[in-house]
Amino acid sequence: MNRNEMKLEFDSISTNEAFARVTVAAFMAQMNPSMEEVADVKTAVSEAVTNAIIHGYEGAVHKIMISGRIEEQQLFLEIADQGVGIVDIKKAMEPMYTSRPELERSGMGFLFMEAFMDEVQVISQPGKGTTVRMKKQIGQHGA
Amino acid sequence: MSGNVKAWKEQRIKDKVLWIQVPGELDHHSAERICREADALVRERDIREIVFDFSETVFCDSSGIGMLMGRYKMMKALGGTVRAVQVQERVSRLLMLSGVMKLIPVEAKQGGMENEQK
Repeated sequence: MNRNEMKLEFDSISTNEAFARVTVAAFMAQMNPSMEEVADVKTAVSEAVTNAIIHGYEGAVHKIMISGRIEEQQLFLEIADQGVGIVDIKKAMEPMYTSRPELERSGMGFLFMEAFMDEVQVISQPGKGTTVRMKKQIGQHGA
Repeated sequence: MSGNVKAWKEQRIKDKVLWIQVPGELDHHSAERICREADALVRERDIREIVFDFSETVFCDSSGIGMLMGRYKMMKALGGTVRAVQVQERVSRLLMLSGVMKLIPVEAKQGGMENEQK
């Protein structure tokens, strides 16, 4: 069985948005994904990491954790912070909703995660942090 | 991660049009800097239009959408306009999905290089 795991921990600073998505893209390379699948995952990772930086830690520097797992052609990702958490997850995931309108956020982060991944699950507790769990089947484009 | 800093050097003003070369990867990190600098120029100079040149941009996320929508609102309030030109397919998909295309004219990337602007 094709199985692989990785863990990544880095500071919540904006230069690490590119680091995180490029590293995850490199991890999934062994699954032989299409360019579009790689772009989909990179966008979703970028959204989750940006959320952790802006909303989770509100600009303060702490750690963001990514764990990745490959099982056959399924990619599982978890992006976790130990920040302020989300009070109303349903509301946070509504398109166009942003808790920080002054920052000119588009309110489309979760919309993009859901559009580009097969499954997106948000686990959060106010004061404890937020974990975004995502799953994507790779290789649907027909060999 | 591809030469963001250098790419952003590419901005110029001609005939009240602010032309901005969007970097290869448009995320929260690079969008924040573009917004800051573009807003300062719009405040200081008489700008009627902002043209975002996406010819080098292969990655974009919702922060890029926020950048475009924010500049659109600002220019609209000042009676000006915003355009996106030379947009590649992947970025174009995101602009479509976000609905930003309904607000801002978006021109797809053509074979030729920046003959868009005089």
